[in-house]
Amino acid sequence: MSTFDVSGGRTPAARRRRAADRPAADTVPNRRNTELLMLAFALAVPILGYANVGLAMDGTLPANILAYGLGLAVLAGAAHLAVRRFAPYADPLLLPLATLLNGLGLVMLWRLDKAGKLLRNNFPATTNQLMWSGLGIALFIGVMWLLKDHRILQRYTYISMVVALVLLAAPAFFPSREEDFGAKIWIRFGSFSIQPGEFAKIILTIFFSGFLMVKKDALALASRKFMGLYLPRGRDLGPIVVVWLLSILILVFETDLGTSFLFFGLFVVMLYVATERTSWIVFGLLMSFGGAALVATKEHHVKTRINAWLDPMAAFGPHPPKQSSEQIGQTLMSLGSGGTVGTGLGQGRSWLIQFAAKSDFILGSFGEELGLAGLMAIFLVYGLVVQRGLRTALAARDPFGKLLAVGLSSAFALQVFVVAGGVTGLIPLTGMTMPFLAQGGSSVVANWALIAVLMKISDTARRPAAEPAAEPAPAIPEPAGPDRFGPPGHGAPGQSRGASS
Amino acid sequence: MNKPIRRVSIFCLVLILALMVRVNWVQGVQASAWASNPHNERTKYDRYAYPRGNIIVGGQPVTKSDFVNGLRYKYKRSWVDGPMYAPVTGYSSQVFDASQLEKLEDDVLSGTDSRLFFRNTLDMLTGKTRQGGDVVTTIDPKVQKAGFEGLGNRKGAAVAIDPRTGAILALVSTPSYDPGTFAGGSDADSAAWTALKSDPNQPMLNRALRQTYPPGSTFKLVTAATAFETGKFKDPNDETQTPETYILPGTSTPLVNDSPDEPCTDATLAAAMALSCNTVFGKIGAELGGDAVRAQAEKFGFNNDKVDVPIRAAASYYPSGSSPDGTAMDAIGQHDTRATPLEMAMVAAAIANNGSLMQPYLVAQEGAPGHAISTHSEHQMSQAVSPATAQKLQQLMEGVVKNGTGQRANIPGVTVGGKTGTAQHGQDNAGKPFAWFVSYAKDSSGKQVAVAVVVEDGAAQSSEISGGSLAAPIAKSMMQAALGK
Repeated sequence: MSTFDVSGGRTPAARRRRAADRPAADTVPNRRNTELLMLAFALAVPILGYANVGLAMDGTLPANILAYGLGLAVLAGAAHLAVRRFAPYADPLLLPLATLLNGLGLVMLWRLDKAGKLLRNNFPATTNQLMWSGLGIALFIGVMWLLKDHRILQRYTYISMVVALVLLAAPAFFPSREEDFGAKIWIRFGSFSIQPGEFAKIILTIFFSGFLMVKKDALALASRKFMGLYLPRGRDLGPIVVVWLLSILILVFETDLGTSFLFFGLFVVMLYVATERTSWIVFGLLMSFGGAALVATKEHHVKTRINAWLDPMAAFGPHPPKQSSEQIGQTLMSLGSGGTVGTGLGQGRSWLIQFAAKSDFILGSFGEELGLAGLMAIFLVYGLVVQRGLRTALAARDPFGKLLAVGLSSAFALQVFVVAGGVTGLIPLTGMTMPFLAQGGSSVVANWALIAVLMKISDTARRPAAEPAAEPAPAIPEPAGPDRFGPPGHGAPGQSRGASS
Repeated sequence: MNKPIRRVSIFCLVLILALMVRVNWVQGVQASAWASNPHNERTKYDRYAYPRGNIIVGGQPVTKSDFVNGLRYKYKRSWVDGPMYAPVTGYSSQVFDASQLEKLEDDVLSGTDSRLFFRNTLDMLTGKTRQGGDVVTTIDPKVQKAGFEGLGNRKGAAVAIDPRTGAILALVSTPSYDPGTFAGGSDADSAAWTALKSDPNQPMLNRALRQTYPPGSTFKLVTAATAFETGKFKDPNDETQTPETYILPGTSTPLVNDSPDEPCTDATLAAAMALSCNTVFGKIGAELGGDAVRAQAEKFGFNNDKVDVPIRAAASYYPSGSSPDGTAMDAIGQHDTRATPLEMAMVAAAIANNGSLMQPYLVAQEGAPGHAISTHSEHQMSQAVSPATAQKLQQLMEGVVKNGTGQRANIPGVTVGGKTGTAQHGQDNAGKPFAWFVSYAKDSSGKQVAVAVVVEDGAAQSSEISGGSLAAPIAKSMMQAALGK
């Protein structure tokens, strides 16, 4: 694979040194057994949690605990075997972390299902969620198997853009329901609905990575210095303004603060990583604050959210403001009642949150029943996922892989922050789902795909060079430009432009 | 591009850290504020999540916790002899909150009091079912029953106090209500609640503590106390200079006695008390002046809006700045003077206890017997009158029972002192008079009890109503119950 080491303007000497640093295949630990051990822990926690809910609420072990445990184990085991087969050098932590979060989410959904009539419109969600998790893991295995190398995705840069735009725009053409509180983030066919934003997150990252890889030098170097900041040229600014406008449009037409913030934040982060220019961050912050301020004054929906954030208890007063909801106040009381160690699974009253208790606000249930200790652990797990993803970005050897890994990890981090910050009252609430924990098929399937792509990149990054001696040393750096979009040709030296010249 | 990736990594860590700090703030620093927020319905459900502690009367619980296993509430409160003890326990309803001891002692009863933390933790570790703490009252079930049955269907209230300690032995209010009828959250409970709330007889009003009445002639005890304390009179047998017809000062209106042929002219204090002469005490009051009588009344607990037993009693009222004729009327418990039954029992108790008024209390102990987390320590509320004055007043009161208006309260072999009252009220005194009887009894073993009884609508005809005939027999049976005679 080192024959296609797209290392930009690095000197051949540097490349040789890096190649020499890489140990031979037989000495690199692939950490698959570590993953298996961690996976056992990641399965034990939710299975014990499942037993705990049954004991607390019914006084007996759940009747189907064996089936549940086996089901989870089979799913996780299949994913693990796929990793062993198709990505043996992948990061060993990502799969166990995702499994743990997914399992905990299922336990909490089951617990909330058991709240029965206490929760309004309480349709059993666990079976569906288990099915979606299965589908998510199937997609994970599919990605492992079919995506031979993440650089193949580079070919689809502009197709990704079109697909992402369609996905993002689609919900605007579907009517929103009363209980969605004005947010239009779903595509519905009868009772079946998908949240395209979750998939757009990944597809847009692919587009950004491909686009920035080509444009990064132009963006980074062809700029004028003004007041200590590097300002881009007008024509380079174009795409950025387009993305900015797009996120504002999402905000206006779909009244979806979260997705808008997520995409713009993602773009700024990737722009910064690609160009290494701090000025982009300043630029991005100015644009997002400008856009947010503009929309906040015009859009009633956004104003309502901000007021609810400033005074979460206003909805409980004798004259609640229009369209206000008790959710945030209820969640804060849930968290406060949970205290340091929580009430224990099945023993809290987080059903008081009512609307979206199983989806956006599921963190409230975790906070009440597992306490501060539980939430800290959950945030730690999310933090670990993000850090393993960024570690992958550091280790990746190609700029596309780096950008893709940074993009996916920071999108994940931003989403966690936006949702958790919203429900805990740190920032205004935006409608998004807690990755893996919350009810929602699109979310769980998309996030399994995200983990799969990250693991694929880490596999490529950690995989030892097949034969360092076989590497032909190209004398000249590869040219920048569209030519680089040629097929990556994993392990096929002749296809590399740099190698053949 | 590794440098920016490292920075992004730090940025992401900051995001996660911000979330961690936030949940530490909400679940650590602010936790108890959110948990006890008035909009947090958990407190309501917690109250009935496990058996509530009991309110104990005479060693026996008068409350129960029934396991109903409802959707939101696991337990429901019920009461033994609910109507009789309602003025003591109050109610504790799943949806209509709680009142009186059930409310004031809620922390103990629902087991959330921090002083129960050790016991709760121990119970948790030893696998015992969680249970709230008990509250032990001072109520004597025999006295309570005597008062409740004595009042019967009539509207009124009765209070009995142990003068030596201030322990409240009976707290009766009629008509009463059964708190069990609305303890749950069903439609029937709501209907019962609405019916009670709209009942013109106000069954949920705790008349013993929360209703003030004109005390009528029973207030003459305070006027007499002022007369002795200020030195206006030295001895119960001092003659008063009272004209046959006493014209209220500054007016041409005569102050009349209950019957014109009573020998009130120049009567001694003892005779005037026994016969309840309005002219004598009206004139004394006017001559002492409103300020002097008010100062004395306040030593007995009037004008004090913080008499907490721990249920807060309404403030009994003696006015200031009345006109001279008003002062004369104030001094015989009419005009603007108002007193709760508890207050008049405190007056009798202070007199019986040689002038020392003990702080009245209802809760002897928090926590089950043997596991007390607090016990009441008796203390003096004020020295209302000097022991010498108290003895003179006892002499007056015993005269009332021996050969005056209160003879029906006489108990053979027991020293009984009392004072009747028949208080006019309403526009032009059109309302049916309130029949009062305030008394104390002491037996040879040193046992004491002080009682105040008020009957609001004792008989169909106003002329048939008098404290001596209606209230005195109830007071007598309560005193007998207290002394075991």
